Amino acid sequence: MSFIDRHLRSFLLAELLQGMWLTFRYMFRPSVTLNYPYEKGPLSPRFRGEHALRRYPNGEERCIACKLCEAVCPAQAITIEAEPRDDGSRRTTRYDIDMTKCIYCGFCEEACPVDAIVEGPNFEYATETREELMYDKEKLLDNGARWEVEIAQRLRADAPYR
Amino acid sequence: MVELWDNYLWPLIWIVIKILVIVVPILLAVAYLTYAERKVIGAMHLRKGPNVVGPFGLLQPLADGAKLFLKETIIPSSANRAVFLVAPMLTFFLALVAWAVIPFGEGLVLADINVGLLYLFAISSLGVYGVLMAGWASNSKYAFLGALRSAAQMVSYEVSMGFVIISVLICVGSLNLTAVVEAQRDMWFVIPLLPMAVVFFISTLAETNRHPFDLPEAEAELVAGYNVEYSAMTFALFFLGEYANMILMCAMTTILFLGGWLPPLDIAPFNLIPGPVWFALKISALLFIFIWVRASFPRYRYDQLMRLGWKVFLPLSLAAVVIVSGVLVAFDMVPNAAAAG
Repeated sequence: MSFIDRHLRSFLLAELLQGMWLTFRYMFRPSVTLNYPYEKGPLSPRFRGEHALRRYPNGEERCIACKLCEAVCPAQAITIEAEPRDDGSRRTTRYDIDMTKCIYCGFCEEACPVDAIVEGPNFEYATETREELMYDKEKLLDNGARWEVEIAQRLRADAPYR
Repeated sequence: MVELWDNYLWPLIWIVIKILVIVVPILLAVAYLTYAERKVIGAMHLRKGPNVVGPFGLLQPLADGAKLFLKETIIPSSANRAVFLVAPMLTFFLALVAWAVIPFGEGLVLADINVGLLYLFAISSLGVYGVLMAGWASNSKYAFLGALRSAAQMVSYEVSMGFVIISVLICVGSLNLTAVVEAQRDMWFVIPLLPMAVVFFISTLAETNRHPFDLPEAEAELVAGYNVEYSAMTFALFFLGEYANMILMCAMTTILFLGGWLPPLDIAPFNLIPGPVWFALKISALLFIFIWVRASFPRYRYDQLMRLGWKVFLPLSLAAVVIVSGVLVAFDMVPNAAAAG
């Protein structure tokens, strides 16, 4: 009996027609396409995008040149040089991230004791030349100034889980 | 001079005009078939399909065409130049030349020849040559393998297609395509010959190298099959040829099984719509199924494809020829019986 059933089904293309009926129903569902440059998908507060160096509200830079991020960076993308400043506090003179080496693991952010280096929500920083992806301290601080509102909000949202 | 004009020049110009009237809409249809394919498959995949160029992406085919026109034609250094260039032209030429015998409506046919069905079958068989020449002349292993597969596949499925056509023409008693359509006035052949119509339709999928039988173009293994080495207009000719062939095969299915230009019912609202419109509608419906099948099914394995062609379709269509002719003789319904004596 199962022999007849099996051959009848294949002869009548039953399974093929079932499959086609499925795709036909799908044709009338709304499409899930995001019209990318105009519409964007939601980002998690933990999304690891472009790096930024933050400042305290009084304008003092947070980074104390402890070099934990440089040490933890698995891709060795971070280069830090530090000297005592005139007022005696320890600050970086150079803070470079090679964005072409970075693997966006977020270890630098986790290692940082003062929440200075963070990975922000920005992922649209494609460049036309390679050199533009060699970020220096000035560029990173600039990113921090530009994305501070979003970064602070993200850190607050994620704080209970850290 | 007047005699020359009347006897030779004017008929020539008139034929060229008629050819243009057929060819230009077909090429436009091909262009918008690619658009429809992308839109329909997009919808079935829950995507949007082309929607940037023009309103609803309607100008996308024109943009694609312009791009292909302006690109550089690259001829591989190890290719056989002459054959390499002739192959796409042949494919394109064969895809268009078959339309000469297709009746678009009552009397609307370029060449109303008595062996129309045979002519169509012959031209569609010749299509293999374009593919074989392209694969051989490219001097590339992918192209060659793709061409071999394609040739084997097209030849295999032509056999069962031939038997299906025979079973139809036993019912008609003529090879003339207009007569084939006229014979379906009372009932479309799709009703009495339904299994044959399905076999024929699936064979046309294989014949035009479409999903799920698109092994010649299996991207994963053969890059793009026989046309890997082609670029710009040479590629465009293959592409146009393939899609024109799809439309041609749908036209053939329409004429053989769906009553050509005849309305579904010969009553008031239906028979007011002109024949060519019905013809176009039926072809469009079949093309939609082509695209629908492509969106639904995975690709066949090569041995499965050959098994289906030789061990399922061939016996089935052979049996159909015997059964159909047997039934016609048994119930004394053989057409043109008096003429045959």
